[in-house]
Amino acid sequence: MTGNLTLALLMGLLYGVGTYLLLQRTLTRVVVGLGLLAHGANLLLLQAGGPPGVAPFVGPEGAGVVVTSFGEGTADPLPQAMVLTAIVISFGVTAFLLALAFRSWVLTGDDEVRDDVEDARVARERPQEQAHTDPEAEL
Amino acid sequence: MRVLLPLPVALPLLAAGGSVLLSRWQRAQRALSVLTLVVVLAIAVALLVVADRDGATVVQLGGWAAPAGISLVADRLSALLLVVSASVLLVVLLYAIGQGAADGRRSAVAVFHPCYLVLGAGIAMAFLTGDLFNLFVAFEVMLVASYVLITLDGGSAQVRAGMTYVVVSLLSSVLFVTAVGLVYAATGTVNMADAAGRLQDVPEGLRLALALTLLVVFGVKAAIFPVFSWLPDSYPTAPSPVTAVFAGLLTKVGVYAVLRTQTLLFPGLGAVADLLLVLAVLTMVVGVLGALVQDDLKRLLSFTVVSHIGYMLLGLGLASTAGLAGAILYTVHHIVVQTTLFLVAGLVERRTGTSSLARSGGLQRAAPVLALLYLLPALSLAGIPPLSGFLAKLGLIQAATSDGGVLALGAVAAALVTSLLTLYAMAKVWSSVFWGTPSEVVPDPDPEDTLEVGTARTPRLMTGATALAVAGGLAITVVAGPLYGLTSRAADDLLTPSRYVEAVLP
Repeated sequence: MTGNLTLALLMGLLYGVGTYLLLQRTLTRVVVGLGLLAHGANLLLLQAGGPPGVAPFVGPEGAGVVVTSFGEGTADPLPQAMVLTAIVISFGVTAFLLALAFRSWVLTGDDEVRDDVEDARVARERPQEQAHTDPEAEL
Repeated sequence: MRVLLPLPVALPLLAAGGSVLLSRWQRAQRALSVLTLVVVLAIAVALLVVADRDGATVVQLGGWAAPAGISLVADRLSALLLVVSASVLLVVLLYAIGQGAADGRRSAVAVFHPCYLVLGAGIAMAFLTGDLFNLFVAFEVMLVASYVLITLDGGSAQVRAGMTYVVVSLLSSVLFVTAVGLVYAATGTVNMADAAGRLQDVPEGLRLALALTLLVVFGVKAAIFPVFSWLPDSYPTAPSPVTAVFAGLLTKVGVYAVLRTQTLLFPGLGAVADLLLVLAVLTMVVGVLGALVQDDLKRLLSFTVVSHIGYMLLGLGLASTAGLAGAILYTVHHIVVQTTLFLVAGLVERRTGTSSLARSGGLQRAAPVLALLYLLPALSLAGIPPLSGFLAKLGLIQAATSDGGVLALGAVAAALVTSLLTLYAMAKVWSSVFWGTPSEVVPDPDPEDTLEVGTARTPRLMTGATALAVAGGLAITVVAGPLYGLTSRAADDLLTPSRYVEAVLP
C-alpha cells in the first residue's frame, strides 16, 4: 500500500490539535477537539483502504456497468462506507454534547467541566490555615 | 434458529420506535418494554441451548457472504452473556417501573423506555456481532443510549457527570475507529473470523501494536486500571436502575470485547498475557483501596466494580481453559451480583433519603428484608462460601495456582487480599447503614426532580425486583456445576479459534 504523505501529515495535525483541545477545561473546546480527532480517525480509515481509484461498483466503462468484484484500479468501497457511518455517529454525539454544554450554561453560567464531587469535598475539608499562610493559594 | 439470531438486536430497536409512539400511554409503554425483553430472554435461552448442543449459530446479514458482509455469531460465550444480560435488563426494568410508578412524576419517564430498549439492542449487538466495525457501531448504539440515560434528570450533578462520561467514552470511540482503520490497513478485512486468519501473516510487532490499541479501547469501556477513573465519578449520579445496568452490563461488554479480540485475533501473544496479569493485580488492588475510603454508598460500589474487573482480567491473562472458564463464570456472577447491590443501594436511598454512610444507620431494625437483600449479594461479592462469588473466585485461583508462574501466583495473592478488603468494605457498609442507632429520614433534597427519595418505605415492586435479582445470584450457586461445565466448554471454544473461523467462513 502506498501512503500519501500530505494526508499522513494532516492526520497527525488533526490528532495533535484535537488532543490539545481535548485537554481544555471548557466543554465547547473539548467538543471541537473531539470533532477534529474524529476527522483524523476517519481520514485514517479512508487511507486504510489503499490508494484512490475509479468509483467502485460502477466500472470504468461508464455509469450503469456493475462490477461484482472490485476490479483493477477501483477504489475500495468498504472504508468509505465505514467512514460514512463513523461521520454520522460523531455528528449525532457532537450534537448531544453541544446540548449538554448548553444545559450546563443554563444551569451554571459556564460550560466548564466540573471537578469530581469527592475531590471537591476533600478540597473543602482541607485545613483552611494552608490558604492563609500561602498567599498564592488564594489567587 | 438462524431466523431468531438477529431478533435480540432488531426487536428492542423496533420496540424502541413503538415506545416513542406510545409515550402518551405509560401503561402501554411499560407493557411493550417488558414484553420485548421477555421475548429477547426466551430467544437468548434458545440460542444458548442450540449453541451448546450444535455449536455456533451464524447469520450473514443481507445475504452477503462472510468477509464482505456483516455476520452475527452466537457461540457459547455470546449466547451465555446474552442470556444473563437479558435477564438482568428485565429485572432492572421491573425495578425501574416500580420506582417510576410509585413516584407518579411524569417527566423523563417517556424517554426512559425507548433509551433503555436501545441500550438493550446495543448490548445484544455487541455480544453477537462477528465484525469489528459492527462492534464499534454496537458500542455507539449502547453508549448513545447511555448518554441520555445518565443525564436523564438534567440537573447540575447529572450534567457534570455526563460531561466526563460522554467525553471519555467518545475519546475511546475515536481510538476504536483508529484501531479498526489500522486493522483494516494491516489485513484488508474487519470481519473478525477473516482477520483472525490474516493476522497470522502480519509481523509480530505490528500484531502486538494492534492488540494493545484494542486493549486500550476496550480497557476504557471495561474500566481497567489506568483508565478507570471516569467510572466512579460518573456512575453514582444516575438514577439507581440506570447505574445498576451500567455497572452490571456496560463494563462487562468491554470485558467481553477484550476476551473475544484477544483470544480470536491475537492468540499466543505472551507479552499481552503478562501485561493483563499485571493490569489485573493493579485493577483489583487500586479499585478496592478506592472503595474503602468512600462515604457514599453508590461511589463505594462503583469502586468495587472497578476492582472486580481485575478478576476477569486475571482469568484472561492466564490464557488457559481453566482460567478463561473462571473468567467467564466470574463475569456471569459479577453482572448479577453487582447489579443487585446497586438496586439495593437504590432501595436504601429511597428509604433513608441519603446514600451517605455517615448519615444513615440502624436500618436493619427498620427494614429487615432490605438488610437481608443487601447481605446476600454483599457476602457473595466478597467471596464467602457457598455463594457464587466464592465459587467463581475458587475457579480462578485454582487456575492461577495450577499455572504456577510468578505473575500468576502474585495475582492469586492480590486476589485474596482484594477479596478480604472487599469483605471489609461490605462490612463497613453493613455496620454504618444497617447497624447502629437508627437515623432520621433525610427529606428529599430536590422534590422537583424525577427521583423521589426519603419516603421511609419502598414500593413492593422495587423490593420484589431486587429479591428476584438476589434469587438469581443464589441460583448461580445452585447450578454452579453445570454452569462451570458450560463456561469450560466456552473457554475451550475461545482457545480453539479455528472453530469460530470455520463457523463463520464455511
